[in-house]
Amino acid sequence: MADEQVKNEATASETAAATPATSTTPTVSTPAAHTPRVGRPAPGGGYRRSPGGDRGPRPGGSSRDGGRKFFRRRKVCKFCVEKIDGINYKDFRMLSQFINERGKITPRRITGVCTPHQHRLSAAIKQARNIALLPFATR
Amino acid sequence: MARIYEVMFIIRPDVPEEEVEKLIAHLEGSVTSSAGTVKTERMGKRRLAYTVRKFQEGIYVLLTVEGSGEMVHELERRMRVTEPVIKFLTVRVDEEQKRLEKVKKIRDSRVKRKPQPAAEAAGAEPAAAASV
Repeated sequence: MADEQVKNEATASETAAATPATSTTPTVSTPAAHTPRVGRPAPGGGYRRSPGGDRGPRPGGSSRDGGRKFFRRRKVCKFCVEKIDGINYKDFRMLSQFINERGKITPRRITGVCTPHQHRLSAAIKQARNIALLPFATR
Repeated sequence: MARIYEVMFIIRPDVPEEEVEKLIAHLEGSVTSSAGTVKTERMGKRRLAYTVRKFQEGIYVLLTVEGSGEMVHELERRMRVTEPVIKFLTVRVDEEQKRLEKVKKIRDSRVKRKPQPAAEAAGAEPAAAASV
């Protein structure tokens, strides 16, 4: 953090040196304007933001210092675990687990379904919608 | 070059039972007349997920058809002109079935190989790894 600030000041002075037309006062103010921009992605800012966000901590966030206290079980693909090979549009009861109350397909980051299975799943849901087994939109 | 298709269609709910039978027989006849084979599965009356032609429910029928693309084209044309059919969906399934068989074969071979490494750990292990 401190190192970054020093480096930032150095770059700021370099830019000031590159533009010799500017007077002494802007040279002093430039690092001050730059420092918060560097400081924002630092752990302090990240910590404050992640628990307050509407999504909550992501599973990937556990490696960062902010998400550790919210330990989350690693999501696994239902189809890989239960060895369901064919995702069929006729099995609307199973498919309805993967749509929300509005009828939208739930994203992979929520359900934990792996990429190849999510592709087949979304295709099956769209087929089921076409034959009125699942809704396009509700409400 | 026979392909396998699943043709699912919905008949309007106010059609009497014998009419439904007649309709299914008519569609089956369209398949068999062009040298195809058909298997019919009645899924019964079901509530629709959304309103289709002002109907909230419909009689679902599933045909598993084996034949050419032209035959399915003809079947679809007939369904389009048949007034009691309110919706239909054709899905080609033979490629998917082929894929599933392949996956199943790989899985079965893996299961068979599994007890072997326990008995002779050194020899069977690389063979199992190679099949992955």
